[in-house]
Amino acid sequence: MYLYDAIDQSLVDQRVEQFRDQVGRRLTGALSEDEFKPLRLMNGLYLQLHAYMLRVAIPYGTLSSNQMRKLAHIADAYDKGYGHFTTRQNLQYNWPTLEQTPDILAELATVQMHAMQTSGNCIRNVTADQYAGVAADEVADPRIVAEVIRQWSTLHPEFSFLPRKFKLAITGSVRDRAAVRVHDIGIVIKRNDEGEIGYQVIVGGGLGRTPVIGVNLREFLPERHLLSYLEAILRVYNQAGRRDNKYKARIKILVRETGTAEFIRLVEAEWEQIRDSAVELPRGEYERIAAFFAPPAYEILSRNDGGFARHRLEDRDFASWARTNVAPHKQPGYAIANITLKPEGGIPGDATSQQMDAMASLADRFSFSEIRVTHEQNLVLPHVRQADLHGLWQTLKRYDLAAPNLGLISDIIACPGMDYCSLATARSIPLAQDISKHFADLERQHHIGELKLKISGCINACGHHHVGHIGILGVDKRGEEYYQITLGGSADEAPSIGKIIGPAIPYDKVVDAIETLTETYLAIRVGDERFVDTVRRAGLDPFKQALYADP
Amino acid sequence: MPILKNGAVIDDPWIVIADDQPLLVSRPIIVSLARWIAGREILQRRNGLVGVRLRSDELAEDIAADLDHLSLVAIEFPAIGDGRGYTTGRLLRERYGFSGELRAVGPLVRDVFLFLHRCGFDAIEARDAVEAAAWPQAVGAITVAYQNAADHGAPRLRRRDYSPAAAVEHNGRS
Amino acid sequence: MTIQVISANRLGDGIVVYLATNGGWSECIAHARVIDGEEQGEAALDVAGGAVEACAVVDPYLIDITGSGGTRRPTLNREMIRAKGPTVRLDIGKQAAR
Repeated sequence: MYLYDAIDQSLVDQRVEQFRDQVGRRLTGALSEDEFKPLRLMNGLYLQLHAYMLRVAIPYGTLSSNQMRKLAHIADAYDKGYGHFTTRQNLQYNWPTLEQTPDILAELATVQMHAMQTSGNCIRNVTADQYAGVAADEVADPRIVAEVIRQWSTLHPEFSFLPRKFKLAITGSVRDRAAVRVHDIGIVIKRNDEGEIGYQVIVGGGLGRTPVIGVNLREFLPERHLLSYLEAILRVYNQAGRRDNKYKARIKILVRETGTAEFIRLVEAEWEQIRDSAVELPRGEYERIAAFFAPPAYEILSRNDGGFARHRLEDRDFASWARTNVAPHKQPGYAIANITLKPEGGIPGDATSQQMDAMASLADRFSFSEIRVTHEQNLVLPHVRQADLHGLWQTLKRYDLAAPNLGLISDIIACPGMDYCSLATARSIPLAQDISKHFADLERQHHIGELKLKISGCINACGHHHVGHIGILGVDKRGEEYYQITLGGSADEAPSIGKIIGPAIPYDKVVDAIETLTETYLAIRVGDERFVDTVRRAGLDPFKQALYADP
Repeated sequence: MPILKNGAVIDDPWIVIADDQPLLVSRPIIVSLARWIAGREILQRRNGLVGVRLRSDELAEDIAADLDHLSLVAIEFPAIGDGRGYTTGRLLRERYGFSGELRAVGPLVRDVFLFLHRCGFDAIEARDAVEAAAWPQAVGAITVAYQNAADHGAPRLRRRDYSPAAAVEHNGRS
Repeated sequence: MTIQVISANRLGDGIVVYLATNGGWSECIAHARVIDGEEQGEAALDVAGGAVEACAVVDPYLIDITGSGGTRRPTLNREMIRAKGPTVRLDIGKQAAR
């Protein structure tokens, strides 16, 4: 993974001192809250329901064991012993104080971490495929480009006060594990017929109030033009994006209001002026960054480890975990181990400092000290020898990190909701917990199969409910918590926005409703269709009937 | 509000003329873009005693053809969140080659001075004397940059040394 | 006629506080100054505004409440949660201190 040199380190260290000074001026009143708010947001600090909230950047979801240990330490020293992994691969602390935040940032800087631009109307954390560098189906490791973009976008003097937030995601594979098509800019790394690397550039995707799949700007942009092309897009957006209405200020609105063809023309016209100029990344710099993402020193092993196979035969629980949580690795004898943060009845995405420390140790022992964070609020150890999987799993169990449910209905994505967030209209976590408990039976979960259930506590959709196979949106109806259900959403390479199936239902009826939906699916599915496949084939009517028609 | 020019507070010689006020003959004046367009013929003859003030929604290309007649372009930043002026300023400097005074009017707090400086602004209307006095500290707060801007080539900013050895040096033997 | 209190966040640590009877700010809603009617509301917001100027709190606003003293509770779910803590972690927040 990327390692800082003196320039990278200077930037984060100086940024800490700059923010320390800004906090000092806020506390004395030299800065008003209106003046200070954009500045603290650009350092990832929100004011939430109960306290401040600090969102730490985990660039493209890659973390070292040392960094994870530091996150655990900060949770203990400055917070209440836990943190929350988010749908943008970041980590949130729910109880930092303003006064201590500069110290927290200083500690993060000692392990090459920061909270820059995790909020504010600027370019946010660039997210990527959690299997980057290790998936067999990869064209190229997206993290190289993600790091290039991270640097280019950090404290960019022209683009620090955009009309609204700006989110990029990158996948290095045809399989989209990074939801690139519902981001402001999505990038798919491709190879052309000549074998050259280039980028499909998608713009104007997004969730929130107006969910929309992005449109293609370019099918194949040659590698060397990445930064100039991004600059052109950002410049058009900075100049023309709406500034009169916060809810119409994302680039997706600009694309729609301008019209796709005209928007493309504007970007291309701007790009013509700056292509091949000083904004392009020198090849040498690209190579320098790429070198950090070379594969680790894998052992030469046979493709399939006998011990792994034997353990699966002998240990049913282990087999169960391996069935969902272990993914194939491109290096023979290795595997990708998924650690879901979705224990039965647990808070999705939360981890205690003990769990973080355990993950760090396990990464050191089993995964070349590397950990990934997924946009579905889970963790990954990307380089585990198959022979080590059983030992890994046994330790994971001791820390309640061995839930064997990746991709199953209990692998729920939920935003913090009204238990923590000042924007929320309803709670999401307790609903996730109730659903998780209701579907605890693992056999049943497997019978249902892959089902991505996503819950958002408000229209801002941080739980990504629009792209859930089942999506749940919490709303407020006359002071009561109600939930609107959508079906058929998907954030992969065949993306779709879920459709509402009927009026919102009260909290105490939601679990039954989910039960009804899964039963309906089981009754009408054909072959090995997943839930989302059945919804696409059969349409919403069978589900609407089951849920809303009078018995 | 104090005007910083190249980092020092100056006695500002420029007078802003509202659209309905008469032009002053022998003082340097700043007029709106609308007034400039309407009265270009006359204003062009002022031999450098004229500048144009752009609203945040007025673009660099709106004034690009007239830059040779202008000694100053002022760009409004009505709120800290309205970042259009950074693009406008940068384009005026880099794309259209404006060499006169590029002034950011706000008023502005020190926390944006470095962004403005990097986008080519050489004059800034600071919120007050305290903010103006903070100029050296503000532009010196971050001494490295990851990207080029209107200040590329500026010797004061350390840009990346493209040598892999630099990371090894920083992190010790890996 | 609903009665109200003023809620805000303390600047330094972000903790939820209520304008108290003694003109200061209390973490406990039971000690909040009860506001009855528009005039009292405006007067209280003025006091709160002073606290904002003095960099003690941010974002003060009126919330509806029912009950009194120890049984006092906001009428909105959101404000209830702000007064007590996350419903999913009864071991943290104000609810844990009691």
